[in-house]
Amino acid sequence: MSVLVYVENTGGQFKKATFELLSYGKVIADKLNTTLAAVSIGNVSDETLASLGKYGVSKVLNVSDNRANEFNSQAYASAICQAATAENATVVLVSNSFAGRGLAPRVAVKLKAAFADGAVELPEISDKFIVKKGAYSGKAFAHLELKSAIKVISLNANSYKVVETGGTAEVAAFAPTFAEHDFKSVVKETIRASDKISLPDAELVVSGGRGLKGPENWGMVEELATLLGAATACSKPVSDADWRPHSEHVGQTGIAISPNLYIAIGISGAIQHLAGVSSSKCIVVINKDPEAPFFKAADYGIVGDAFEVVPKLIAAVKALKASNN
Amino acid sequence: MKILVCISNVPDTTTKISFIDNNTKFNSTGVQFIINPSDEIALARAIELTEGNGGTVTVINVGDVSTEPTIRKALAIGATDAIRVNALPRDGYFVATQIAAVAKDQNYDLIIAGRESIDYNGGQVPSMIAELLGIPSVAIAKKLTIDGTTATIEREIEGGKEVIAVSMPLVIGASEGMAEPKIPNMRGIMSARTKPLNVVEAIAVDALQEVINFDSPKPRGQVKLVAPDNAEQLIELLHTEAKVF
Ligand SMILES: Cc1cc2nc3c(=O)[nH]c(=O)nc-3n(C[C@H](O)[C@H](O)[C@H](O)COP(=O)(O)OP(=O)(O)OC[C@H]3O[C@@H](n4cnc5c(N)ncnc54)[C@H](O)[C@@H]3O)c2cc1C
Ligand SMILES: Nc1ncnc2c1ncn2[C@@H]1O[C@H](COP(=O)(O)O)[C@@H](O)[C@H]1O
Repeated sequence: MSVLVYVENTGGQFKKATFELLSYGKVIADKLNTTLAAVSIGNVSDETLASLGKYGVSKVLNVSDNRANEFNSQAYASAICQAATAENATVVLVSNSFAGRGLAPRVAVKLKAAFADGAVELPEISDKFIVKKGAYSGKAFAHLELKSAIKVISLNANSYKVVETGGTAEVAAFAPTFAEHDFKSVVKETIRASDKISLPDAELVVSGGRGLKGPENWGMVEELATLLGAATACSKPVSDADWRPHSEHVGQTGIAISPNLYIAIGISGAIQHLAGVSSSKCIVVINKDPEAPFFKAADYGIVGDAFEVVPKLIAAVKALKASNN
Repeated sequence: MKILVCISNVPDTTTKISFIDNNTKFNSTGVQFIINPSDEIALARAIELTEGNGGTVTVINVGDVSTEPTIRKALAIGATDAIRVNALPRDGYFVATQIAAVAKDQNYDLIIAGRESIDYNGGQVPSMIAELLGIPSVAIAKKLTIDGTTATIEREIEGGKEVIAVSMPLVIGASEGMAEPKIPNMRGIMSARTKPLNVVEAIAVDALQEVINFDSPKPRGQVKLVAPDNAEQLIELLHTEAKVF
């Protein structure tokens, strides 16, 4: 028996979401009195793989097959399932990332496993195995009982803390059998803003809406975000008007995030916007209209003009940083 | 080109959510149901792809008879015909198995679903259909163009995007940006009444999981307001009270 985690790399490196997933997996493995194994696909150094032992992994299966260097949901799902079988996994964990979303459902079908997508906390394990996940666009949670022998769970970013237990993992080469039809897609082009903090797994997010009037006014949003080490986001009309890239659009039709802090500047707080951000742990709203619906969903707020308030916040963060040094 | 579009019948976004039967069931009393927003995008793109090039767009829904107004709306928007699998959609696997069973011998070039439904929010169905049929899938696709038997797709990745070429047939989950939802016109509404809507019975599927109950997020406390003249104080509160940085 084991708990198997698919560890997703970006350019040979692992990100925080993977460490969260491993930490989450370690607790489940302990509960089930079993070990934590991981499977990695693509070019990752043995040293980096062994270092995953820090989060409680005892063994990493390393799939390095030139055909599988680039993400492909069919081939990757097949490799993960073969690893699950080899390791006798009863629980398979995947990050609820863009790649994970394409993978986890396929893995579940292949393993005839029950599947909980976007878990938000540890499962309740007794004679039943129950996972809590969001439903109805952030307006409710569902408690799902997974009844099959093998269970697949994808975990939302920022839903579990990283815990280091120490140690190094054994790294073993693993060569799954691929079929010709596993490789029906070819990557033509990858565009990634490498200097920016990626929004889906950011802990802190500064977001702007139509209240900021135009793209030329985003300088202060960027500055506040950079100072805080936060990612930037925006409302739908803002990306529709091309003031900001579509990848920053949050909400029902954009991406859903749950950072520790979400600062909304000049955003009214429409229900479709809230659908993507309401599970943020702390919400701050800056809006000149005291009646803006967002204040009802906020922890902290300032009723005021963003063009006066944001520069003050920037100055205050600078002062705080200076006093901490 | 032969396209199958999966449409889900979901409560309107602005619906207040409540549950009945000890919080085990969604309370649909008085709720307005709509075509799931990303499925409208899927449908719009499917219609664009067949316009001028010939081909058919079949919509499929797994649901009981109450979903027929939503299916008729899809026909009014421009689908050629429709299939309803007569069963309550239990979970993603159940739905995907029904759709795969229907699609199996139909040689669709393309199956387009929405990226996720706004009720279950699973984003499970498109990838599951593809796995069941043994064909490629792209779970969150923002752009789709077709050239011969190759689909070129822009998919979202963390902090950017990726362009991939995939050979057909395949399944995609349509997301914002792929097309603008279409609004039915009068002629569409008239013709929708007579377009075929075939009802098929569901096949048996093992129940691997079950919703035990639903609950609501904890309400946030009263918002703590900071005076704009005193904006600096907000940073202090976030640092020492909320402890977010
Ligand atoms: C099917 C559907 C899906 C949708 N999906 C999404 C989605 O995913 N994400 C999303 O965001 N929206 C979505 N929307 C749109 C949503 O309904 C709102 O229209 C949108 O969120 C409003 O964006 P906004 O708050 O930036 O703009 P507005 O509603 O115009 O609000 C601007 C706010 O800025 C304030 N303001 C103005 N000037 C200042 C100033 N100087 N200082 C401070 N505050 C100021 C105003 O008081 C106002 O509250 C969707 C809509 C539909 C129908
Ligand atoms: N009951 C259903 N009938 C037909 N298609 C569905 C149904 N449920 C979900 N889908 C499709 O699958 C997509 C993803 O749904 P989900 O996995 O529930 O988030 C939706 O956008 C629809 O295109």
